[in-house]
Amino acid sequence: MKFITTNFVKCAVKTCSSSDKAFPLKYEECQVVLDEQQEFNPEFIVHMLDKLNWDALVKVARDLGKTDLPTQKPEGLDPIMEDDAAVLRDLHSLLIQSNIVEGKMVCENCEHIYFIKNSIPNFLLPPHLC
Amino acid sequence: MSRPEEIAPAEIFYNDDESFKYTSNSRVQMIQAKMTLRALDLLNLESEEPHLILDLGCGSGLSGEILTEEGYNWIGMDIAPSMLATAIDRGIEGDLFLSDLGNGVPFRAGTFDAAISISAIQWLCNADSSGSDPKKRLMTFFNTLYASLKRGGKFVAQFYPKTDDQTESILGAAKVAGFGGGLIIDEPESKRNKKYYLVLTAGVSDRGV
Ligand SMILES: [Zn+2]
Repeated sequence: MKFITTNFVKCAVKTCSSSDKAFPLKYEECQVVLDEQQEFNPEFIVHMLDKLNWDALVKVARDLGKTDLPTQKPEGLDPIMEDDAAVLRDLHSLLIQSNIVEGKMVCENCEHIYFIKNSIPNFLLPPHLC
Repeated sequence: MSRPEEIAPAEIFYNDDESFKYTSNSRVQMIQAKMTLRALDLLNLESEEPHLILDLGCGSGLSGEILTEEGYNWIGMDIAPSMLATAIDRGIEGDLFLSDLGNGVPFRAGTFDAAISISAIQWLCNADSSGSDPKKRLMTFFNTLYASLKRGGKFVAQFYPKTDDQTESILGAAKVAGFGGGLIIDEPESKRNKKYYLVLTAGVSDRGV
């Protein structure tokens, strides 16, 4: 699972749907691998920046041991400008190339644990949580 | 010939052998590709802009490969672990989630620019696992899908309804969830090539069908 996806996925348990503690999930014991094959698409990064919840991004990055993100979301980046392109390239490496291959995602509301195995998060729920 | 959804639940029907057979069959590949392109056609997305698409019932990534070729980024969900393992082995680009569409789409509001589904949502009409209520599962699916799409985002689903009642209950649940739109039937006169597409919009869109 790409790092960027942590910024969108939330707990699937029905009773958590209205809780603001069900997003972002808490990431534990994660193994992160850099996937250099992923192509740099600056326009896509700019498009997704709009949608990102930056506080959640900073929090999950910290879960994964990365503490050097700026506290404010970079705004108005233009791939044509050299300085902006460098920022976009760093974001690409973090958001798209960083792949969580193994680990746990924990809901801070209901404490349900979702396991990531072979890069695939398991969101199947036992019947009593559906 | 029996339909797969009448034989066993999807996660059991598509075991390692079936997943491999299905994915490597060139006729299956061709039909899935054709239906994916048709679904993209019906989505009618702004081609110059980047999009994040949700692929519901993504299987081994046959539709996802087309999305990648067409320049879209995507996230896929499927209930069959063997299908997803096949997708990983084939090196597909999208992220994959092992999950049951009937339990909802676990993404925060406005995540996706659009969603597609190829040959999957008829499975939601089955009551085959213990205590599952198809009506409730359809509602959960459409409610959470609606929320995960940006306002005006579209959902196009090719599916194989078993009966007119199934089509009605799918359309009904979509409308209750707030979707606008309806059904498009390609080649309605052909028994073999007739295809059903659900074409829905989450809220208002300024782009036509
Ligand atoms: Zn929860």
